Amino acid sequence: MGTLSKEKISFLKQKAKKIRKNVVEVLSQTSGGHFGGALSAADILAALYFEVMKIDPKNPCWQDRDRFILSKGHISVAKCAALADVGYFPYEELLASYNKLGSPYGMHEDMTKIRGCDMTAGSLGHGLSAGIGMAIAGKHDQKDYRVFVMIGDADLQEGSTWEAIMAAAHFKLDNLVCIVDRNQIGVDGFTEELMGLEPLAQKFQDFRWQVKEIDGHKMEEVVATLKAVPFAKGSPSAIIANTIKGKGVSFMESNHHWHFGVATKEQAEAALAELEKGI
Amino acid sequence: MEKVANPVQAYAKALIEVGGQDERIFCLTADLMHPFMIEEFALKYPDRFFNVGVAEQNLMGIAAGMATCGKIPFVHTYTPFMTMRSCEQMRTDVCYPCLNVKMAGMCSGINMGVGGATHHSIEDIAILRAIPNMTLLSPADPIEIGKAVHAAAKHVGPTFIRFGRIPAPLVYEEGSNYPFEIGKAITLREGKDVSLLATGLMVSRALAAADLLAKEGISVRVINIHTIKPIDQSAIIKAARETGAIVTAEEHNIMAGFGAAVAEVVVENYPVPMRRVGIEDTFCGLGPTEEMYQRWGLTAANIAQAARDLLKSRSAAAKA
Repeated sequence: MGTLSKEKISFLKQKAKKIRKNVVEVLSQTSGGHFGGALSAADILAALYFEVMKIDPKNPCWQDRDRFILSKGHISVAKCAALADVGYFPYEELLASYNKLGSPYGMHEDMTKIRGCDMTAGSLGHGLSAGIGMAIAGKHDQKDYRVFVMIGDADLQEGSTWEAIMAAAHFKLDNLVCIVDRNQIGVDGFTEELMGLEPLAQKFQDFRWQVKEIDGHKMEEVVATLKAVPFAKGSPSAIIANTIKGKGVSFMESNHHWHFGVATKEQAEAALAELEKGI
Repeated sequence: MEKVANPVQAYAKALIEVGGQDERIFCLTADLMHPFMIEEFALKYPDRFFNVGVAEQNLMGIAAGMATCGKIPFVHTYTPFMTMRSCEQMRTDVCYPCLNVKMAGMCSGINMGVGGATHHSIEDIAILRAIPNMTLLSPADPIEIGKAVHAAAKHVGPTFIRFGRIPAPLVYEEGSNYPFEIGKAITLREGKDVSLLATGLMVSRALAAADLLAKEGISVRVINIHTIKPIDQSAIIKAARETGAIVTAEEHNIMAGFGAAVAEVVVENYPVPMRRVGIEDTFCGLGPTEEMYQRWGLTAANIAQAARDLLKSRSAAAKA
């Protein structure tokens, strides 16, 4: 694994910053949105779309592309910000129409409406199974694309996700990567108080996955780990990315009230200022 | 003695045929390879066969993912589990993006009599009808199951095939070449006094009911509605207009089921008196299948009686 240049890391950090700012800009225009989880996932999204994934924004249906499924579909706004920035559609379109009647862009995502969206999402616990289907199809067709599935803590509280975790190892899908955006917080508070998931890495290992645990905000580590998949031939790869809900905005960080929140004009301005200069 | 055939065997034979014709067809099941008799597919096309164990939600999600890559997965599990355990995956992952997944639901109705309510399915038509983009096929006999499989393989979009498990009476001749078109009902017998509209296994019973009624001088039209969604509105309206009375027959709860679907069309277009034969909103306990059909009113005699009652009330109303 080659190390990335300082310029490249700096570029990806700028892209992550842009995703965060765009998330705040889009959501603060509406009657509320999922700020916390969108901000926690931004670094990973930047790494995927601007460095790791083999994609062609001019040809969203390219059969050999890497796939990305956002199982935590409620942060579609962050993914759409990335899709726009990488060239699938103009950001202005997202900003102008988000959550509006008939818009392709909104709280959750519809693959038939959003260019570059590989799977419809919104209900938790669905994404990993769909990813298995794509991974099996890829193996069958002898294609070398990878399938990246981002799940949130809450996806792991759904039983269906564990059905998929069991099956992915059974089918030896080393073209499947599950990224856990482990921000530790759900709607009602901390996952470990609500319904504990730990020891999570051990659980994945016990289900015969290869697992790496990383700091989901340290860009060098995020990219290096994503580029190191599969961690072992014949096994699916899990990346538990420890993240901070609301990352980058002081009053949103680690605060479950910002899982879904409504930002006032002042709060939105403060958030954008903090994101710009860094906290 | 009426001829019978095994619906599952007919299904499996057709699946092998379409699987041989189209390499995009995959076969998925949740630990029900043997009950579905799809071992031959597994042996012949092992790279297109996946058994996910007893995990129906995962089963349906995997099928959706495959379909996004241009595959045509045929998903196999019992109807109660398909429509209820993996209902949300079916609705959200398959039907919402209108993916090309085929769902083979066995043990529909009370066909697995001794299985009891856990293995009966008297709710699936209600559930499936309410999901946009879904096509729901309910073939009349094993011959038509084969035709439904071929039609489903060609049709683009989510398609559910509802059928039973035990040997079923043949409505059609072996090797029959009649045209089967999704959404187009088939008039099996012409008549002018009353129309019997039936689906699935109840089609053969409707024909037997028509025989009983013919002996009493009642002229009965029998229509096989093998596609419950989209339903053939014009055939229903024509039957209402030309016979003035409709009896429906289904192996399902009469609430929100097939008869209700027919009633929607009748009431909005050409209101005529109706009766619905089916399970009257109750769980059915358990027992040998044929005894169950007797107990819960799903016989030819029940259909004939519903027709007589309907004609009687119609003539009473006409006199009043």
